[in-house]
Amino acid sequence: MSAAPTWTIGSVRDALVTKRTSARQLAGDFYTRIERRNPELNAFLALCPERAYAQADRVDAMIAQGQPLPPLAGVPVAIKDVISTQGIRTTCGSKILENYTPPYDATAIERLEKAGAVILGKTNCDEFAMGSSNENSAYGPVRNPVALDRVPGGSSGGSAAAVAAGLAVASLGTDTGGSIRQPGAYCGVPAMMPTYGCVSRYGLIAFASSLDRIGPFATNIADVATVMAVIAGHDENDSTSASVAVPDYLAEMDKPVAGLRIGIPEDYFGAGLDSEVETKVQAGIALLEKLGCQRVPLKMPHTDYAIATYYIVATAEASSNLARYDGVRYGLRVQGNTLMDMYRKTRERGFGPEVKRRIMLGTYALSSGYYDAYYLRAQKVRSLIARDFAEAFEKVDAILTPTAPTPAFRLGEKTADPLEMYLADIYTVTGSLAGVPGISVPCGKTAGGLPIGMQIFARHFGEDRILQLARAFESAGGFSI
Amino acid sequence: MKISREDVLRVARLAHLELAPEEVETYRGQLDEILAYIGKLEELDVSYVAPMTQMRPRGARGARQAPGGATGPEGDAAAAGTEPELRDDVVVPCDVAEAVLAEAPDAAKPFFRVPKVIDR
Repeated sequence: MSAAPTWTIGSVRDALVTKRTSARQLAGDFYTRIERRNPELNAFLALCPERAYAQADRVDAMIAQGQPLPPLAGVPVAIKDVISTQGIRTTCGSKILENYTPPYDATAIERLEKAGAVILGKTNCDEFAMGSSNENSAYGPVRNPVALDRVPGGSSGGSAAAVAAGLAVASLGTDTGGSIRQPGAYCGVPAMMPTYGCVSRYGLIAFASSLDRIGPFATNIADVATVMAVIAGHDENDSTSASVAVPDYLAEMDKPVAGLRIGIPEDYFGAGLDSEVETKVQAGIALLEKLGCQRVPLKMPHTDYAIATYYIVATAEASSNLARYDGVRYGLRVQGNTLMDMYRKTRERGFGPEVKRRIMLGTYALSSGYYDAYYLRAQKVRSLIARDFAEAFEKVDAILTPTAPTPAFRLGEKTADPLEMYLADIYTVTGSLAGVPGISVPCGKTAGGLPIGMQIFARHFGEDRILQLARAFESAGGFSI
Repeated sequence: MKISREDVLRVARLAHLELAPEEVETYRGQLDEILAYIGKLEELDVSYVAPMTQMRPRGARGARQAPGGATGPEGDAAAAGTEPELRDDVVVPCDVAEAVLAEAPDAAKPFFRVPKVIDR
């Protein structure tokens, strides 16, 4: 069992303003903790002390000059290794990008640093964010800081573990089918997937472009809201980013929840749901009822088709997006006698088994003679799943479900059976396909001490509503229910 | 059985992947199992359902109207939030060629170098 994280965005600010520490000192303290814990956790793939200290010095100079501090001044953060960072190696957890250094920063990175955040390094993840356990990283699995024999979840396992172990105050992950929310649940930290289009994807190395989203991990809801306020908002470099005004999340978060209608879809509480998870999530729902929320039973009849739909849509997009790794412009090249020979050898050597499996599945689903049966049909079922959400949100303000059907499983437990691994995302892929925002919040632990997550969905751009419910839940003691 | 060895080899060729002989059977079995599971999508009647081809969530404001005007006050696409958002096509400096080429496994400025493609 690890020591609980001690720093929050608020306490960092307080310590800096009262000069109990400096941004440089704090960054150094975090690097010391990382040095001590990372060998067993494997949460970080690269550290960038030069950049971190330069940023910390800028913050310390602002403090010395009495300048107003930006919202994340001096806050040590960690970044999933699929998000581009100029001059810092970015591997996507893959051998094919082992020596790749991006020539530019992702918009989310620019915004974090402009807000004063100190980027400590890049976190481990499943290769190209494809996985639910972090065991598909070419650089070894991450261990769950709460139980070292367990997976941290995936694919943003390193970002979740770093925050849970107190190796970063907040972190960024990416979510395509559950890759922020599920590791958040497994590691016991709040983890948010924003609405599709809410946070710019510019500089996010693509897995499935109609599903990928960047979002934060933190130790408490106020910190999630603070990071969201920094990274959300329109970006002209991402044509899918929306021109929607960003609400004042910190103000909205504290509004009372009494009278809000919370939908409970029976389809998320069926066979396959671990009984301890079910008990805690039901207790979490009851707590929100006690706070005045009105429980509304729901049916979302296409839930059961979400995994099948997802693994066609996501793999089809991946097969196209990953065609760019051919040994020509960046990353690994394995020499061949012909151009085609070079492509094949490079991709054979550079990609791991899960990535190859998904590229093949996606290629199959898009290939002549199978397109209608698989890809087109999946796109139609995706419409039905989105409709389930649209109809539900005519009746309710939010939807509450378990984040994952079980707590964190053991390392190696599911690696032999890809399909079983896919089913770990059964409650998260629905919201991914529909484009709605979702959060996983801690909701007690199993008798064995493993964290359980409760998921809250809201309608498109309803991040404020989600944070409001999550904050009320947190304040009422829901995290340790 | 949904997928044969030949299917695996055909798909690997399309995807520019080289597979070791023992991998072919592993992937065949796994893809077969996954496709069998995905077969459950056939249970649904989707003949009157439009495919979801755009991820422009409803509520995304600010989408501009298509040139030439749409039929309704906002146009169907705009109303559904499916119309892509366009910005003005303004030329901005993009001085990254050197940094980009520096990442190439083999480059001779201003080119990427690859094995010979054309024999002459």
